[in-house]
This record gives sequence, structure tokens and C-alpha cells, in this order.
Amino acid sequence: MLSRLKLGVLIVSFLILAFLPIVAEAIGEEFYISLVARMMIFAIAAMSLDLILGYGGMISFGHAMFFGLGCYAVGILAFYEITNGWVQLAVCVFGTALIGLFVGYISLRTSGIYFIMVTFALAQMFYFLGISLETYGGDDGLPIDTRSEFFSFFDLSEELNMYYLILGTLTVCTIFGWKCVNSRFGMVLRGSHANLPRMEAIGFPTLKYRLSAFVISGVMCGLAGFLLGNLTEFLTPEYMHWFRSGEIMVMVIVGGMGTLFGPLYGAFAYLIFEEVMAGFTEYWQFYFGPILIVLVLFAKQGLWGLLPGKERLGDE
Amino acid sequence: MTITLFLEQILNGVQFGVFLFLISAGLTLVLGIMNVVNLAHGSLYMLGAYVSTTLYTLTGNLFIAFVLMVPILLVIGMIVEIVVLRTMYERDHMDQVLATFGLILFFNELVRILWGVEGVGMKIPESLAGSVDIGVPYPSYRLLIIAMGILVSVALYLMITKTRTGMQIRAGASNRPMIGALGINIRVLYTVVFGLGAVFAGFAGLMAGPIISIESGMGEEMLIFAFVVIVIGGIGSIRGALVASVVVGVFEIVGRSILPYILLQLVTPDQAQTAGPALASMLVYILMVVILFFKPQGLFPARTG
Repeated sequence: MLSRLKLGVLIVSFLILAFLPIVAEAIGEEFYISLVARMMIFAIAAMSLDLILGYGGMISFGHAMFFGLGCYAVGILAFYEITNGWVQLAVCVFGTALIGLFVGYISLRTSGIYFIMVTFALAQMFYFLGISLETYGGDDGLPIDTRSEFFSFFDLSEELNMYYLILGTLTVCTIFGWKCVNSRFGMVLRGSHANLPRMEAIGFPTLKYRLSAFVISGVMCGLAGFLLGNLTEFLTPEYMHWFRSGEIMVMVIVGGMGTLFGPLYGAFAYLIFEEVMAGFTEYWQFYFGPILIVLVLFAKQGLWGLLPGKERLGDE
Repeated sequence: MTITLFLEQILNGVQFGVFLFLISAGLTLVLGIMNVVNLAHGSLYMLGAYVSTTLYTLTGNLFIAFVLMVPILLVIGMIVEIVVLRTMYERDHMDQVLATFGLILFFNELVRILWGVEGVGMKIPESLAGSVDIGVPYPSYRLLIIAMGILVSVALYLMITKTRTGMQIRAGASNRPMIGALGINIRVLYTVVFGLGAVFAGFAGLMAGPIISIESGMGEEMLIFAFVVIVIGGIGSIRGALVASVVVGVFEIVGRSILPYILLQLVTPDQAQTAGPALASMLVYILMVVILFFKPQGLFPARTG
């Protein structure tokens, strides 16, 4: 269970996010609204990766693939002037689920280093596919003229509505994720991570569980891409580049792997760090590379782990 | 499509395969023997290209540049192994991925700082700028690449299969604790293997220098291909890497050039125009998926059990 302190931190964080646009408008800094909206989108992506990475032990180095695919679902449909949000959402969910099923099935036939390399290569395959699709802008990308249309009273071209849609999705994903990892399903998933042969020996069809987790995680990340496409009103294969996969993974580790909530803070911390550092030097990655190595060596528990109280099963 | 063009494409494919082998040979040994995920291997290829360009500009002689590049890359490789990789052996793959991802960021920015954001160019030596007629006119420099590549590949293959060090390396790939128990200093062996891998990747960078654009991030493009090669060939297997490199190289180059012609026979020109590039960019990955489907451990699995 969550310690009272952690629950408090979480609730306060979401309250801050809920009231942030009001404050930002009051002080006339609307810039922060879209900045924080972007951070929340990455938070969803990072959390979705943590589901399979932290809980399932599946080191997917191609998670940005789903990010991009969700974005393409919005962009391609909008290109053909299908701007109905529900249709776009359905295509996004079913599309990412199908591709997740395919990629997951292929890569889960392997394990260890193979799994990392196969997810990496398959994600790059979709990246190159995106680049070669000249109709949808190739590597230049494609502007998305109209944002998804859900309700007539909830116009997404209003930045504030967009913000609250993202916040709402983040909230739903967080609650869903928490329910998920603490359900029987989540326990089997953790068990498969901790000791795969044993889980199989006691009769669990672990492949089905791990594949389901992979698909769920992919769809969740696809949703993040769906939101990003809408927020930026732009479609680019860049979202699927392996570098994004690496970034999302860094967010997970910075926040704390296998903590579900940690990656939310990891995403915010990483993006704020990037924003600040990029202001100082063009070559900020030159400094971030070694910092990352040091983080991996000495600070694996992540930001969330700094708070007292353990909620992970099996933590010593 | 004419036969000459086809032959030329096959040669280009072999030449690309030779590059792939030079890069993936070192990487597959690192993955196989040390059981370490090394994303930064492409960076060594990149450094090889940059360092060689500078040496070539300074000395004006490609051979001297090569001779000087070898110790530099060996030292860089060994330093990377000692400073970063060594601390990672006992850790899980997740940590290795992140740490080597950090290395990529570091090296990619380092070359941008040292050599500029624009990237650098390297000229083909004048004596090699022409072309040779071998049934088809083929650029002499590319022919030299194939010849040198095959030479080095054979040397590497003989070293791995015939020499004592090679035997230790192979033994390390199939059973790590055992070779330690037999009194081989694994620590030194690891450092040497990593350094050698860096030299081979650097050599590929040197030879690729004049025919590609040398820029930050070029290593990762090759890294992905190297991963595909290793997945197909089997981790830790030199033979697998050799076969898979040539297969992937030819498949990539030849496939890209003949695919449009094949598609034209099957669908309308309009559809072929759209689907051609998309399908071509996915070819090697489709090949990988098909092979994985039937042989999840690759064509030549090196590890037993």
C-alpha cells in the first residue's frame, strides 16, 4: 500500500496541476500551460513504460514507437479530414493494440539482450516507415490542421480544454495503472519478472500475461502520442526515433523504476532539466550523458524512492 | 534493370555487408562474452571516422592515417571499458542500456564540440578516385573497401578460430565462469576484446569516411543494422555475424534497388511509387522478424543451454 506521505504528495501534485492554468493565466504566463501539458503527456508515456519495465521486467527500447503511432493515428485521419475524435481514438487504440500484439509476440519469443535489440530494431522499422511515407510528409512531418473533435461544448482548439483533457487522461491512466499493478494480473506480471520458470511451473501461461501487459502499455503510450499530436498539431516520425525511447526510459529511471508514480515525476524532472540546461548551453547532452551514468551507478531508487515508505512487494 | 546494374548493386551490397561485419563482429563478442548491452558501439565507429579524417588531413596519407588510428581507437575503447563498462558487468541489462545511452549522448555531443555541428568531409585519395573495369566499371575505392574488408574479416575470423586468444574469447562466449576457473584473467581479456572491437569499428569508420557524410549520430544508424545482424546471426557467434552481415548488406542494397521493379510487375505504377520506398525501408527488419519467428536464438547460436 501507499504510505500516507506518498499519497499526500500525489494528491497535492495533481491539485497543483489542476490549478496551474488558472494561476498561469492570472500572472499572464500562458506559455506554462502548454509546457506543462507536454510534460504530462511524457508522464503518461513514462508511466506506461514502467508497467512493462519496472513491473514486468521487459526492457523495451522501442517504446517511442507507440508514441509515434498514436500521433500518426490523429495525423493521418485528420489528413483525410476525419476529425471525429471518437473515430480517431478508436483507430489509435486498436491500431496500437494490434501493432503491440505483433511486436510483443515477436520480441517476447526472445529474452535478455535479444529482447532489447529486437524492440529497438522494430521501433526503428516504424521510424523508417514513417520517413518513407511521402504522402504524410516523410521526415519533414505534416501539420495537423484540426484537433480531434469530441463534444461540441468541449472545443480542443481552446488551449485550456486541451490541457484538461491531458490532465484527465493522466489521472485516468494513473488510477488504471495503480489498479492494474495491484490486481491479480499485476501480481502475475511481477511474479514473471521475479522468477519466470517458477511462475510457469506453477501453471501460469506467462506469455499471455506478459504479452497483455505489453499491449496495455503500448496502447497507453499510444494515447500519449494521440494527445501529443493534438497538442503540437504536428506529425513527425521524430516521435518514434530511438532517442525518444531512450528519453522515456531515462524518465522512468529518474523517477524510480517499478514505482508507477515515480516516472510521472521523472518525466517532469527530465523535461525541466532539459529546458533549463538547453538555456545555458547548446551541448547540454554532453553534460547529461555522464550525469546519467552517475545516476545509474548511485541513485537507482529514483526521485520517488527518496520519499520514505515502500510500496513495492518484495522490496527489502 | 540491366545485368550490369544488378552486378554493381550486388557489389555495393557486399561492400555494405563488409562494413556491417566489421562493426558487428566486435559488438557480438562484447554482447556474447561479457553479456553486456553496449549501445555505444556505434559511437566508436563514429569516432573512428572523425579521428581518421583529422589524421588524413594532417598527414595526407590514408595508410598513415590508418596506422595512427589503430592505437588511438584501441586506447579509447579500453578507457571506455575500464571507466564505464567494467562497473556494469554485475548489473542488470537495464543499467547497461541507460549507461551506454549516456555514453552515446556524451560522444555525439563531444564530436559536435570538437569538430563542429556541420560534420566533416573526407576526400577519396586521388590514386583511388577512378574506377576499374571488372566486367562493370566500378569505383576503385569501393573495390578497395571490399578487398580490405574481406582481408580484415578473414584475419579476424582466423584469429578467433585458430589462435589461443581467439580460443579464450570463444570459450568466454560459451561459458564465462568456466574460463575464469581455468585461470584466464577475464578482466584483461574483456578489456582487450573491447579495445579490439573498437579498432574494428574504427576501421569501418575510416573506410566509410570518404563515401558517407561524417556527422554526429552516424554511429546509431549503423548500430541498428549491427543489431539486426547480431539478432539474425546469433549473439556471440563470429560465423553468424559474418553470414548475417553479407545477407543483410546484400538484402538492404539489392532489395532497395530491385524492389521497385518487382512491384511494377505486381501493382500499378502509382501504387508502386507509394509502396516501394515504404516497403524497401522495412525489408531487413522483415527479414529479421521472419528469421526470429523460426529461430528465436538466431541462425548460429553460440551459447549452449
